[in-house]
Amino acid sequence: MSGLRILVPIKRVIDYAVKPRVNRAQTAVETANVKHSMNPFDELSIEEAIRLRERKVPIQEIVAFSAGPAKSQDILRTAMAMGADRSIHVVVEEKDPQLEPLGVAKLLKKVVEEQKSDLVILGKQSIDDDASQTGQMLAGLLGWPQATQASKVEISDKTVTVIKEVDGGVETVKANLPMIITTDLRLNEPRYASLPNIMKAKKKPLEKKTLKDYGLDEQPRLTTVKVTEPPPRKGGVKVDDVDGMISKLKELGAL
Amino acid sequence: MAAVNRTLRHQVIRIYKELLFLGREYPLGYDYFRTRLHKAFASQQHLTDEKQIKQGIERAEHVRKEIEALYYLKRYRALRQRYDKV
Repeated sequence: MSGLRILVPIKRVIDYAVKPRVNRAQTAVETANVKHSMNPFDELSIEEAIRLRERKVPIQEIVAFSAGPAKSQDILRTAMAMGADRSIHVVVEEKDPQLEPLGVAKLLKKVVEEQKSDLVILGKQSIDDDASQTGQMLAGLLGWPQATQASKVEISDKTVTVIKEVDGGVETVKANLPMIITTDLRLNEPRYASLPNIMKAKKKPLEKKTLKDYGLDEQPRLTTVKVTEPPPRKGGVKVDDVDGMISKLKELGAL
Repeated sequence: MAAVNRTLRHQVIRIYKELLFLGREYPLGYDYFRTRLHKAFASQQHLTDEKQIKQGIERAEHVRKEIEALYYLKRYRALRQRYDKV
């Protein structure tokens, strides 16, 4: 049996530790000169692909994929340092119209068909847009089964068992390959891309493509009306006694 | 003897570089990390005994693992705070 071909799409986002700032025109979040890194949920999906291989699931290839500006290469290198075999970079310049989840899903569909992937592991959402749609849309476009918010993945032969995190508990689903999995926070503990591995990853192949190569010309369907910061938290008040608290609560309409 | 020392020297430099690389993301800043790392290595430079040097390298490896775990936990907790707590 020839092994699995896994596709792991990843996204370059503003680092989780950075506090995002809204730009002056209130149209978007400031991205220039801000530290970027791989979306943490995508790190989980890379790690899961590598762990599947380490658990002796027959895997032919792990391909990392990213669409974004030239600097997305850095995170693809990180993915390869962690253990992906090669990667594909679709260059979308910052001045070009940005891809929306549907656009990404359409693009991924083409990539899946081109790479003949039979398992796609995505992060459940990116920490910049928080759309949490791409995986589901891709599953819809391909007509494949999907397991979202995975906290455990097991593969035996052609059957995949996934434990999903749902409100107030877990849910176990079973499906046959090919399928789509999106990762949740407790799936695994991503390894650190060490310096020697990053050096080694420079030798791994990285393919550069454009949207045109996939015959796509996505125009944005959504318009951003306005971006504002959340209102600052108001300070609390101290009350002297119980009566004071009750009257205060009544004032606020909580009683 | 000299050949062994050379490999050990190489190992020490390698772990030093790896730690420096990790330090770029240290929460208290790279400068804080680098000066302390430098001091820690410099304080051990008198070691000549092979066994002691090996112990030192092991300690450095241990520190590397600790720092990696620190980064992981820091990120995990931040994400949990943002996405899991309802």
